Amino acid sequence: MKHDKLVIGGHEFHSRFILGSGKYNVELIKAAVEQAGAEIITLALRRANSSGEGNILDHIPQGVTLLPNTSGARNAEEAVRIARLARELGCGDFVKIEVIHDSKYLLPDNYETIKATEVLAKEGFVVLPYMYPDLNAARDLANAGASAIMPLAAPIGSNKGLCTRDFIQILVDELDLPIIVDAGIGRPSQACEAMEMGVDAIMANTAIATAGDIPAMAEAFRKAIEAGRAAYLAGLGRIVEKGGEASSPLTGFLQE
Amino acid sequence: MNQKIDHMKYWPEMEVLEESRIMDEVLQAMESYDYSRYTAADVKYALRKENRGLEEFKALLSPAAGAFLEEMAQLAKKETQKHFGNSVCLFTPLYISNYCENYCIYCGFNCHNKIRRARLDEAQIEKEMQAIAATGLEEILILTGESRAKSDVEYIGEACKIAQKYFKMVGIEVYPMNSQDYAYLHQCGADYVTVFQETYNSDKYETLHLAGHKRVFPYRFNAQERALKGGMRGVAFAALLGLDDFRKDAFATGMHAYLLQRKYPHAEISFSCPRLRPIVNNADINPKDVHEKELLQVMCAYRLFMPFAGMTISTRERSGFRDNVIGLAATKISAGVSTGIGSHADDSAEQGDDQFEIADGRNVEEMVAAIKQRGLQPVMNDYVFL
Repeated sequence: MKHDKLVIGGHEFHSRFILGSGKYNVELIKAAVEQAGAEIITLALRRANSSGEGNILDHIPQGVTLLPNTSGARNAEEAVRIARLARELGCGDFVKIEVIHDSKYLLPDNYETIKATEVLAKEGFVVLPYMYPDLNAARDLANAGASAIMPLAAPIGSNKGLCTRDFIQILVDELDLPIIVDAGIGRPSQACEAMEMGVDAIMANTAIATAGDIPAMAEAFRKAIEAGRAAYLAGLGRIVEKGGEASSPLTGFLQE
Repeated sequence: MNQKIDHMKYWPEMEVLEESRIMDEVLQAMESYDYSRYTAADVKYALRKENRGLEEFKALLSPAAGAFLEEMAQLAKKETQKHFGNSVCLFTPLYISNYCENYCIYCGFNCHNKIRRARLDEAQIEKEMQAIAATGLEEILILTGESRAKSDVEYIGEACKIAQKYFKMVGIEVYPMNSQDYAYLHQCGADYVTVFQETYNSDKYETLHLAGHKRVFPYRFNAQERALKGGMRGVAFAALLGLDDFRKDAFATGMHAYLLQRKYPHAEISFSCPRLRPIVNNADINPKDVHEKELLQVMCAYRLFMPFAGMTISTRERSGFRDNVIGLAATKISAGVSTGIGSHADDSAEQGDDQFEIADGRNVEEMVAAIKQRGLQPVMNDYVFL
């Protein structure tokens, strides 16, 4: 585990927990870094685009990698504009692409996301696209230059867990890029389960932001993510059916 | 007086959205909404259901739901947290002109009410905006009385351009206009349009809005749709609760927003929840049967029906009520409010009278402190103009 690193666009991270910051809360940022060991924090540029004490940028600790997102973008062109603005504001080269033109469920538009990824990757951004877990779209994103793929587990803020489990598994199995589950993770156990599946990292926000004890929940997520990762690396054993089963029920006769 | 003008007929210069059926659908559904039919069982079902539709919304607005207000509030709070976390956005309205050509009998600005009228010029607007920006606010809502002669689209556009220099987010609450006018104001920096329908009961509407453009009910109704066609990011809806049957009006407001969001899924939707207030020269105007309990029921019903929608709580309400509904159902609150003309800058006295009496006069600093005290996060800006 010690040498187990998450590599995104050539940058190495030890933590596999990424904090989303949509549900803005200063206490949450502190807890995520101190208790959950977060090394990457996303921030909505539209929220950072502020002055005075409302500026979230002032609350990001040193040494943490900023992952500005393009929330507010309704198409590829707007996402590209927000990403460039983030770079101008000194947020670095990482960008999480969010293209949403559905105000009810906030589901991402894969097609526009692919277009934005292509443009921004060419401009040298480390592009992490938020997407609906579709294998074809994920391959297109990889070909367009994405540095990781961020499929959603469930609608943002829903805390519903791994609704798209089987489709995320396909991405884990078929793509060479890091897969970071983003949106919908409501409990540490769900984060653990995703990590066991071979997902590379978890992004969460609402689950911690709305917990009764924010630092305690942040720590619980860290432990769950580490446990899931350890289990994945250890190799999960098969699940024995109730009552046990013969070791070779159909081919045992070959030994007779 | 032109009382005989047909309030359902468009005037020649008014853009008609031929293909839109939204108004007919809303009016029909409102007509047939009989809230007395809903029982405690219907309310319980609506509370349990995850994705609530129009039937559940009707149940939640019914008198039967009054007995479930605490449960509604608890669920509403959860939904608000899920969608908005701890954030509470702050803004202030700026009234730049109170000239009005309408005769709305409950409004302080109505053209027959003898009040001091004023219209800020560009230099005065800039001065007012500088004073507001100095308080730390980054979102502004520009308001005018509804006079096209005294505050034409170009004048409002200039105000938006000035606002863009000082604020990150510029909204407008002005008279309804055609989609090309909205497109122009969007170019000038405005991105959010608020129009209060006042009441969705067109018969009642006709008796309250005796003259002026505002008399034309369908033109006002379709303002949000024209705004979206003009490229605005978001639109806000409201009925002025207390004018007519508030349950039916709240239902129509929600359904109006619901149908528009289905037709324009990208549109950001928000609700305002104003109640009638006393005005200059008529202190007797009051919200009738809409007490705080009913107002809270309406707010919770909006939240449970459209959990993702923004909701603004007005300074018409007392501070104790406002503080308790932020984070519960409301997501946006005004601070440092004056509904008069020209009173933000230190050295300028108010030149024009107020639209209505406010009940919460706290400034930005006090409002920020109140929000923090509730464990919530004041947010000055959550927006980028694209």
